[in-house]
Amino acid sequence: MSHASSGPSAISGVGLRKDYGDRSVLRGVNIAVPSGQIAVLFGANGAGKTTLLRTLAGLSRPDAGDVHIAGLRMRRSGGRARDLVGFVGHQTLLYNDLTCRENLVFYAKLYGVARPERRIESILARLNLADRADRRVRTLSHGMQKRLSVARAILHEPAVLLLDEPESGLDTDSVASLGELLQDWSSSGKTALLTTHSSEIGQAWADRVLTLNRGRLVEQTHAHRDGVGANDASNADPASG
Amino acid sequence: MAAIAGRGPTDSTLRVVIRDFRLWVLFATAALTIVDVYLIFVVAPTDQVLGHIQRIFYIHVPISILSFLGFLVCAVAGVGYLIRRGEIWDRVAHAAAEVGVVFVTLALVTGVIWARPVWGVWWTWEPRLTTTLILWLIYVAYLMIRHYAPTPQQGRAWSAVVGIIGFVDVPIVYYSVQWWRSIHPVQVIGPEAADDALEPIMARILIFSLVAMLALFAYLLLERVALRGTEDAVSVIRRQGTYD
Amino acid sequence: MRLLSATFAIAWKDVRLEFRSRDTIVSALIFGLIVVVVFNFGLNRAPGSLGPAAPGLLWVAYAFVGVLAMNRAFARELEQGALDGLLAAPVSRDAVFLGKMLGTLAFMVLIEAILLPVFAVMLDLPALSPVLGLIILLATIGFATVGTFFAAIAAQTRSREILLPVLFFPVIVPVIIAAVEATALALQGGPMLPIWTRWLPLLVVFDAVFLVICPWIFGFVFEG
Repeated sequence: MSHASSGPSAISGVGLRKDYGDRSVLRGVNIAVPSGQIAVLFGANGAGKTTLLRTLAGLSRPDAGDVHIAGLRMRRSGGRARDLVGFVGHQTLLYNDLTCRENLVFYAKLYGVARPERRIESILARLNLADRADRRVRTLSHGMQKRLSVARAILHEPAVLLLDEPESGLDTDSVASLGELLQDWSSSGKTALLTTHSSEIGQAWADRVLTLNRGRLVEQTHAHRDGVGANDASNADPASG
Repeated sequence: MAAIAGRGPTDSTLRVVIRDFRLWVLFATAALTIVDVYLIFVVAPTDQVLGHIQRIFYIHVPISILSFLGFLVCAVAGVGYLIRRGEIWDRVAHAAAEVGVVFVTLALVTGVIWARPVWGVWWTWEPRLTTTLILWLIYVAYLMIRHYAPTPQQGRAWSAVVGIIGFVDVPIVYYSVQWWRSIHPVQVIGPEAADDALEPIMARILIFSLVAMLALFAYLLLERVALRGTEDAVSVIRRQGTYD
Repeated sequence: MRLLSATFAIAWKDVRLEFRSRDTIVSALIFGLIVVVVFNFGLNRAPGSLGPAAPGLLWVAYAFVGVLAMNRAFARELEQGALDGLLAAPVSRDAVFLGKMLGTLAFMVLIEAILLPVFAVMLDLPALSPVLGLIILLATIGFATVGTFFAAIAAQTRSREILLPVLFFPVIVPVIIAAVEATALALQGGPMLPIWTRWLPLLVVFDAVFLVICPWIFGFVFEG
């Protein structure tokens, strides 16, 4: 099964640059992830993975270049592009002194989710948090907090999910169920981009593997899951053009 | 130089203009200042009431006025930066605030030197003095904020917004202090400074002094803007050196 | 109206968090009390009441307590990166600003209302009047507007405790002046006219100017 999509990419970044003083973090990154794919982004610490993900989420302003989500320009769509993105960061983005349900109710209001009660119930059940719904976040284990942060990100049913090292701090079972969730996610035609240090996850989950090296996206190959040959080095460095 | 500058045409054009005119402005400033000192200390008549101390007024008044010009430039360039995003706008805003702070500091110091013999106190909560002190505090905070920012981009944006808020605040501060003072009059010991009746020669020297200080203002501004440009160019080279 | 519903959602969330953790309310109240006690030793050298200094003390205490509350309000957003959650949501930066500002305002007005009778006893303030309530509300709107804006900057640095007062106090001087003068007039029961012709209009102008400017430039505070 090939994902050669002709419509606008679900995630598209063109010529993204970001400098921090004497250091270049992104040096002209072009990235395109078609709808329905799971892309995994590798890179050493400090390679710019988090910066790239935050830029795609509209949280960081690139010094140059443009981000489009499903054809909507991030900085010109008045929030409509942000509405299409769910973001799971290093931190949970939750309020520790609110309960799980209160956190989700709050974010449902910000995203204008229709019929929030039903949606929240189903999503808490989906992530195995139903019995903790009225506990304060502070009292949950790290793994449960992480699951709740995923619940927060997919609450408004975004078209695109961005996850920054989602496996960190999760036990094997939780990682496996997150993997299932992502497979369901992509088979319903939605898109995900995640960073990770785990090559197992990269192998198991990815439709496509990207590597960020020294501020450039140097590899862009189809991974095992599609059976389309790995490490297609001839496809490398679309940014240096 | 132009090769490393490469941040759009406005930037490099302005850089060339600054480089070429800086020296001329320096010469003009030097000449004007020497004449100014001669005018203030030799030509200007000694004030009959206040004596020699009155001569400080030829410096104090122009630098006070020009510090406001600095903060105006800072706010306008700040708006320019937020809209246009060229780093040159930020350099101008930063330099203008620096020169403004130097001038406002000198205005406070000369004001204190003036106040002691004339009013009998080092410091008095007179409206203009009080407003000037608050201005100084606002713009010292402006200069600090940049260094606390996690990224240079944030430092520039934060500076711009603080410069805008500070400048908008100035007239409100002035009026509030003025009204406040009108109900708590200053205790002035010694002769009251009657600076309304200015002799024509004094007025002319004051205007000349304003021009001389304006030249100094322009020179310092250009020098700081050019220095920041060089620093940024060095940053660009360093960035390239990181990888290549 | 996504703007309004988001604004109130953010403000309500902050109020709820304040009540839930309670430590901020308690520490703010105690701190307000401490300010008055300490200043008492600094100013009240002759036996008797603090007299003319009382309105000033009241507002110094309110301003200090305000800084404390505003620092807390943004510290909470950064604890687990929730600020990113707000900024990634499809709500405008104005709504985020207004929501945080309203939450801070509600919290500060509450603290001030609790402290007022206490101060009235300690500082020997004469009869409290509705005018005083209006003065407190208008001045606190000014505090909360400028303070929320600067707290958003300060919270992103490592030295937020020092940076917020350094930014906040010089800009807020007109509010302090107007509030102190108006309070003094309102409490003395002397001529009330300057309150209406001068000090309240000054507060209204200050509030209006910064309520327009701050939301407008708030988005630039978060450019990572």
